[in-house]
Amino acid sequence: MISSQIQLASYLFASILFILSLGGLSSQESAKRGVLYGIVGMAIAIISTVLGEGVEGQIYIVVAIAIASVIGLLLARKVEMTSMPQLVAILHSFVGLAAVLVGFGSYLDPKTHELAGTEHTIHLVEVFIGVFIGAITFTGSIIAWGKLEGKIRSKPLVYPGRHLVNIILLIICIVLAVMFAGAAGTSGMLYLYIMTAIASFIGVMLVMAIGGADMPVVVSMLNSYSGWAAAAAGFMLGNDLLIVTGALVGSSGAILSIIMCDAMNRSFISVIFGGFGAGPTGPAREVTGDVTAMDHEEVAGLIKDAKSVVIVPGYGMAVAKAQFPVYDMVQKLKKSGKEVRFGIHPVAGRLPGHMNVLLAEANVPYDIVMEMEEINDDLSETDIVLVIGANDIVNPGAEDDPNSPIYGMPVIQVWNAKDVIVMKRSMATGYAGVQNPLFFNENTNMLYGDAKASVDKINGFLQ
Amino acid sequence: MKVGIPKELNPKELRVGATPKTVKRLKKQGFDVYIESEAGTSANYSDQEYIESGASILQSAEEIYQTADIILKVEAVTEAEIGMMHEDQVTLSYLFPAQNPELLEKLAAAKINAVAMDAIPRISRAQKMDVLSSMANIAGYRSVIEGANYFGRFLNGQITAAGKVDPAKILVIGAGVAGLAAIGTARSLGAIVRAFDTRMEVGEQIESMGAEFLSVEIEEDGSTASGYSKVMSPAFIEAEMALFKEQAKEVDIIITTAQIPGRQAPKLVLDYHVEAMKPGSVIVDLAASSGGNCVYTKNGEVYKTENGVTIVGQLDQLPAQASQLYGNNLCHLLDDMGKAEGFKIDMEDDVVSRAMVTHDGKINWPPEPLPVSPQKPKAQSEAVAVPAGPSEEELAKKRGTRMFITLAIIGVLLYLLGMVAPAEFMQHFTVFVLSVFIGWQVIWNVSHSLHTPLMAVTNAISGIIIIGGLLQTKDNLSDPMTILAFIAILVASINIVGGFVVTHRMLKMFRK
Repeated sequence: MISSQIQLASYLFASILFILSLGGLSSQESAKRGVLYGIVGMAIAIISTVLGEGVEGQIYIVVAIAIASVIGLLLARKVEMTSMPQLVAILHSFVGLAAVLVGFGSYLDPKTHELAGTEHTIHLVEVFIGVFIGAITFTGSIIAWGKLEGKIRSKPLVYPGRHLVNIILLIICIVLAVMFAGAAGTSGMLYLYIMTAIASFIGVMLVMAIGGADMPVVVSMLNSYSGWAAAAAGFMLGNDLLIVTGALVGSSGAILSIIMCDAMNRSFISVIFGGFGAGPTGPAREVTGDVTAMDHEEVAGLIKDAKSVVIVPGYGMAVAKAQFPVYDMVQKLKKSGKEVRFGIHPVAGRLPGHMNVLLAEANVPYDIVMEMEEINDDLSETDIVLVIGANDIVNPGAEDDPNSPIYGMPVIQVWNAKDVIVMKRSMATGYAGVQNPLFFNENTNMLYGDAKASVDKINGFLQ
Repeated sequence: MKVGIPKELNPKELRVGATPKTVKRLKKQGFDVYIESEAGTSANYSDQEYIESGASILQSAEEIYQTADIILKVEAVTEAEIGMMHEDQVTLSYLFPAQNPELLEKLAAAKINAVAMDAIPRISRAQKMDVLSSMANIAGYRSVIEGANYFGRFLNGQITAAGKVDPAKILVIGAGVAGLAAIGTARSLGAIVRAFDTRMEVGEQIESMGAEFLSVEIEEDGSTASGYSKVMSPAFIEAEMALFKEQAKEVDIIITTAQIPGRQAPKLVLDYHVEAMKPGSVIVDLAASSGGNCVYTKNGEVYKTENGVTIVGQLDQLPAQASQLYGNNLCHLLDDMGKAEGFKIDMEDDVVSRAMVTHDGKINWPPEPLPVSPQKPKAQSEAVAVPAGPSEEELAKKRGTRMFITLAIIGVLLYLLGMVAPAEFMQHFTVFVLSVFIGWQVIWNVSHSLHTPLMAVTNAISGIIIIGGLLQTKDNLSDPMTILAFIAILVASINIVGGFVVTHRMLKMFRK
């Protein structure tokens, strides 16, 4: 047993460790230490809670944690790096579920109903909000997982008047909240059930309306929600550690969402509510000209002649799991004295930073992996750019065609390089459904086929 | 469809209309290829190589002209050759339609559909068929090699035990494709290169190739909509000549590339320029065939003037290489015209309608002009910059006002909240808001490349919601609250363990 003062002190310490943990991610060197801080902080938080006053059922706690640890370990060990987005999404749903359960638990807790007056009302509102956010996070994350996993089709599901439906549902929830706060004892349970069902529905519809390439925004948004859900739980339990941690996670997810939206030049609102917002006024400029295709041998020849090579990967590389042969190629090129670097667009892939993780998995050293801003200035002095499975993020229309739906989105200016090779499965448009004038450029050559097979073949010719 | 390649009649023409490699391409496009025996010999391609690539060898030119639907040649067909041709036959070759009006008439009279490869319009889409560019590239390279050959000194500067060698100075006049190729070659051999062009817009290209862009003080831009340069004003020409005089005293090699399609080459290097040059200097005149840029140039000859300046009026053609590029240009054009199966003469097409100088018995020359510009007009960027927004100061002021209003609203809201909320809630709320601020500051510092690990680690620490479950567990397992708490602890722990482990796994992969 420890006193509540000691418990508070431990919570404060855990909070500090969590902040340091997130701060550690500012660089690769300090990141590993950051994870350690997080683990220690979590251990302190759990132990000091279990040892605190009034905690019962330790045996169940230990059993639950033991089972969960095994599941968690297996999950984390087995997951492939290409499936990271799915894992992250499903973990978000767990937080949402936990928040719902804790909310219901708190409502059932006899201590809750010992409160009176405003304190009671405020507590009930806290429970209500906590469950609401938790339920949205829970179902939303499950849909996001399904979409990422390919179990649910990734096309946005939109129906007319859905904004109106959402608003009406929201109003119903507010009415339910008033009735819930006014209900004596646990008689408000029914309202809580109905609200949970509605919130779950909103969560489903919210994510269903969002298409494939906006997934990075959705996942970071759900990341944010899971934080706010934890913070809400903190309010209902009067626990500052939960509030601090929830706020940290919530703002982290919010910032990621903002970064992703900036990278696509989209407003957060228009992504969340699906569709491309107001959109361009005129028809997109027509693309004229010829597309020249090359075969693997010719591409290998071009690469052999180049001194500096920049590789711009996109989701296509992740799908084809081409990162491993790409690294083989990098090693070959480096051996022959060429400068090889990667240019990563912030929204490449289905998760913020997804490309970096995939390349790291294939052993690509991180000091040759550059961000968009770092690489753009160097492209005019680059001999050849290999675009692997990317489309919209290298579309020059984003810079010079005001009628393009992606106009204004910052892109990697690959066309400034001497030669550009675009590896693509076909001439189909990218997620945004926009034709890419890059493919028609004089210095662009297309190489059709699966990214992995193509890179493997090129590697063969590079021998 | 049958494609025929006769041997070139002019003994000085070493190139050939197809190489074994382009024969392969033609076969791929679906053509049957017939080539006259020994057509490629002067370009170092043997009959055997052509046979291996899938061509059939015919013994005489006559057979070629009889068999083929499409003739690929380098030089324009002669009268004798027209005699062997039949109606509706398509020929692809150089024609110089502006200089050869009688030839066009004869071709039209024989109802031959002749494509002048030198009349392909210079638009981006047609660059891959532009023989002027591909041949100019070779000529530019070769001009430096020839120049260096007759120059008799190093091009690059060296400091050796035996003493210091100064680098050679080369002046390139006219920075079209040939000029730029010459600059590139001369630079890579170590020479100091200067270049002159009347078109201001190519200055950037010259500098990008590593040469110094020379210009005169007079502001006049020689660029035209066609991409070629126009005739300049007398004042400009005077200044230009003075500049060349200065340069002639100093430079070792002058390479001139100024040509105007269908006209005599402009005289740019005059007698007093040549006289000003040092003995041993070299002038390579790429415009020799159209009259020469230098007054002393003799087409097809290399000779030394009285003051010891070598004037080169003839270049080796690099026939194998040149045939390959020329053949590629032809293949691209045939590709554009529909390959073997869909071959058709589309007089609506921008490229075909301009290059097809005789069609259906009619002369189709001169074509209507097609403006192209090597660079986007500058006006565009200016137009974008014109609508100037409010100044920095005004913006700062506006931002200041907005911030003030926001803070005032927040203050009022907090006051209202303080009126109704209990003290305990206000404490928690304080903690919450400050945490959001801390999170905001901390997260912006996170490296972009670590965003996925960041999400995984926030996943793990949002498992802190486990505390809610821990506090709600009771000893009685049949209590619904305990069941809920048990599940909450379970899922939250999966998050904690899974999140940390996977983060660790990811971070371990990042290496320098």
